[in-house]
Amino acid sequence: MPHTTKGRPLLRHGLLTIAALAACAATGASARDLIVALKTEPTSMDPQYHALTPNIQLSQTLFEGLVCSDADLSIKPCLAESWSVDGKVWTFKLRPNAKFSDGSPVTAQDVVFTLDRAGKVPNSPSSFKVYMQKVEKVEAVDPRTVRITTSELYPLLAINMVGLPIMSAKAAAGPAPEGKTTTELNSGDGLVGAGPYKFVSWKRGSEIVFERNPHYWGPAPAWDKVTYRPISNAATRVAALLAGDVDLIEDPPTDDLERLRKDPKLSVETKASNRVIYVALDQNGETTPGIQGTNGKNPLLDKRVREALSLAIDRDAVVARIMGGVATPAGQLLPYPMFGASKQLSTAPKANPDKARALLKEAGYPDGFTLVLGAPNGRYINDSKVAQTLASMWTRVGVKTTIDSNAPAVFFKNRDAYSYSAYLAGWGTATGEMSNTLNSLLVTPNKEKGLGTTNRSRYSNPEMDKLVAESATQMDNAARAATLARASEVAMADFAMLPVHFEHSVWAMKKDVSFKGRADQQTMVQYATQAK
Amino acid sequence: MLAFIIRRLLQALLVMAVMSGLVFVGLYVVGDPVSMMASPEATELERDAIRANFGLDKPLLEQYAIFMSRAVRLDFGKSFLTGQSAMGLILERMPATLELAIVSMLLAGLVGVPLGVWAGLKPEALSTRGIMTGSVLGFSLPNFWVALMLIMVFAVYLGWLPASGRAPAVALGPFETSLLSWEGWRRILLPACTIALAKGALIIRVTRAATREALPMDYIKFARAKGLSWSRILRVHLLKNILIPIVTVFGLEFGQVVAFAVVTETIFAWPGMGKLLLDSIITLDRPVVVAYLILIVFFLVMLNLVTDILYSVLDPRVRLQTAKA
Repeated sequence: MPHTTKGRPLLRHGLLTIAALAACAATGASARDLIVALKTEPTSMDPQYHALTPNIQLSQTLFEGLVCSDADLSIKPCLAESWSVDGKVWTFKLRPNAKFSDGSPVTAQDVVFTLDRAGKVPNSPSSFKVYMQKVEKVEAVDPRTVRITTSELYPLLAINMVGLPIMSAKAAAGPAPEGKTTTELNSGDGLVGAGPYKFVSWKRGSEIVFERNPHYWGPAPAWDKVTYRPISNAATRVAALLAGDVDLIEDPPTDDLERLRKDPKLSVETKASNRVIYVALDQNGETTPGIQGTNGKNPLLDKRVREALSLAIDRDAVVARIMGGVATPAGQLLPYPMFGASKQLSTAPKANPDKARALLKEAGYPDGFTLVLGAPNGRYINDSKVAQTLASMWTRVGVKTTIDSNAPAVFFKNRDAYSYSAYLAGWGTATGEMSNTLNSLLVTPNKEKGLGTTNRSRYSNPEMDKLVAESATQMDNAARAATLARASEVAMADFAMLPVHFEHSVWAMKKDVSFKGRADQQTMVQYATQAK
Repeated sequence: MLAFIIRRLLQALLVMAVMSGLVFVGLYVVGDPVSMMASPEATELERDAIRANFGLDKPLLEQYAIFMSRAVRLDFGKSFLTGQSAMGLILERMPATLELAIVSMLLAGLVGVPLGVWAGLKPEALSTRGIMTGSVLGFSLPNFWVALMLIMVFAVYLGWLPASGRAPAVALGPFETSLLSWEGWRRILLPACTIALAKGALIIRVTRAATREALPMDYIKFARAKGLSWSRILRVHLLKNILIPIVTVFGLEFGQVVAFAVVTETIFAWPGMGKLLLDSIITLDRPVVVAYLILIVFFLVMLNLVTDILYSVLDPRVRLQTAKA
């Protein structure tokens, strides 16, 4: 196409203007807005309605707790600049410059109000009461000091405070017992927090808009305005990013990662998460529903059989072939160096099919047996594909395995009815701390004490129970971590359940956005910045 | 006429009652809503509390009786998951779905009817073969594939249109629409085309068949013998007579789109009712699923009623009294 000489200076001039504008934009504080595509829309804006990742990741952006957890889930001071503990009494000192988005200061009274409200929200499908366990009394000593008394020695109190971001007592007051109701908060009424961003609007199903909180105590947030768009279909999320409609997406499918990585305009971040994918083995008694060819015996009661099943799994192959490399082979239920994970178990066991066969023979099953492995389809990354792979690995050593893969709702129903002898599932340790994992998955079930709530394999080992119980009152962090690591070693030596891998969470974004990811798989925009 | 309408409404009530019972039992068999809602860390006692709170600890029959006693007062309960009124959640999403359905059906009709008439008039022409092949593709290609291809071509490669979502809506009386802005049209175009492709294909085939049936009729021959112009024959004699099958198909298909645009809405992240239904089924949010299906049954019955009434307008020989369903 011929250019006239007359046109050129104009063109050059135009380009210069654009370049200058772009430079302005890049250096100015109000550079650009951020659009995030979410996998799941939150069910509510009320920070105390539903304890679930899609809700928490947004409420932790609008609000801030006394304590926060960083990207690797270790705790750091937030609205409280410091705290001290003396036996059962915890004293938190509030930051003098902490302010809500309406400009009013954060006081001890707000903390008392928030902690009191946690258990009062009606119809909550998953209550925040869980973070108030063993809290006996919350008092405002002076405007900047909060004293919390627990019913017994309770080292987890500080971690639990992460889950209870502080609401403004003034803004969220109301005639209902809980103050402003969930419906009112959903419309933005009373939704005043001290987090880096503040609420603008929520149109259900379509978009949620936040903007910078000008009164935020910490470093100024990177974006003027953040828009979240729920896009549940993974292929659509990828397309929206490729088309430039959105800046940051959650959880692109494993199959698309190669292509996204090659795209010069995009970048991909992965982050090892706190979610372990494991196989639970029924160890309740001599009858088990999914096994045949053993003359009615339950072979999974025999530790040698459990070890054989573990040795038959080639964890490296599962990670490389099925998970596309975005996972880490697991040797325990929480990745080292998270709190209470054992250093000895930081590498996963290597596959050894020959030894597995020998162990099966020794246990009296030279010809193996048949087994049905239950798995959800669509709950965890590539879940039923992973189950399929484990089945073929077990079949190779003589345990003829078929999989029974179902929609998550059906899978959980079957699991809770104990209709699987073996099932694949996942556990995300929200607190990043081993006592949560072991208490839920492996401690002997006890309904009254709320122990072993997800222990569907009904594993029971008094030695491990004792270690976990001991850790519950150890106020010294190093000693507690050591006790929990020992408990983890005991359980794994028993092959109580078989960890397979730790999922990595994946985010894809435009080149000019930087988000390093979080171990709890949450997309918190305060951790996203403009790439230099 | 009045008796006819009343009879239809009573039928609708019966269908709604039967259907709500089926959904109740169906979702009960599928799984336990508490296991989908509660945080995995929740203890057994907390789970029991949630169960009691939502009345899920009662026998199924009792739960159904409680539901029905409220439903007759038009209270369909609260969504388990969001705590908001189930019907409210659905009605909030309805404008988006209706907007999408109307635009896609208009598109399907505006393209489908003329092409169908053309194909009927010139059965041997090359263009007709092209149209008919296209229509076969139109309704045999899977919906989700068409949607993804349109996104890949027009949003990702060409960058002409946005990949997903709906533009902010403006209230327009009781209704709201996103179509008052240019951005609104840009966003609706791809999802509407996805639906219109399948629906338009069907309309082409129906129109063509009707045209071919009408052409050899005496009244057309007579009109031609009288020396009327082709355009007048088409408009007055042909179109008017082939409208009945087209209106029927149009009505039924419109209902289909409104009720079950689930796939298209999900892929384009269109904030309509279909996407809400899918999400609610996955999370076993029973009040929303039941309320949705009740609303849809009512809507479909009404749509059929309107179609029947339109018959009698289009063809005076049709009497509603004789059209006992």
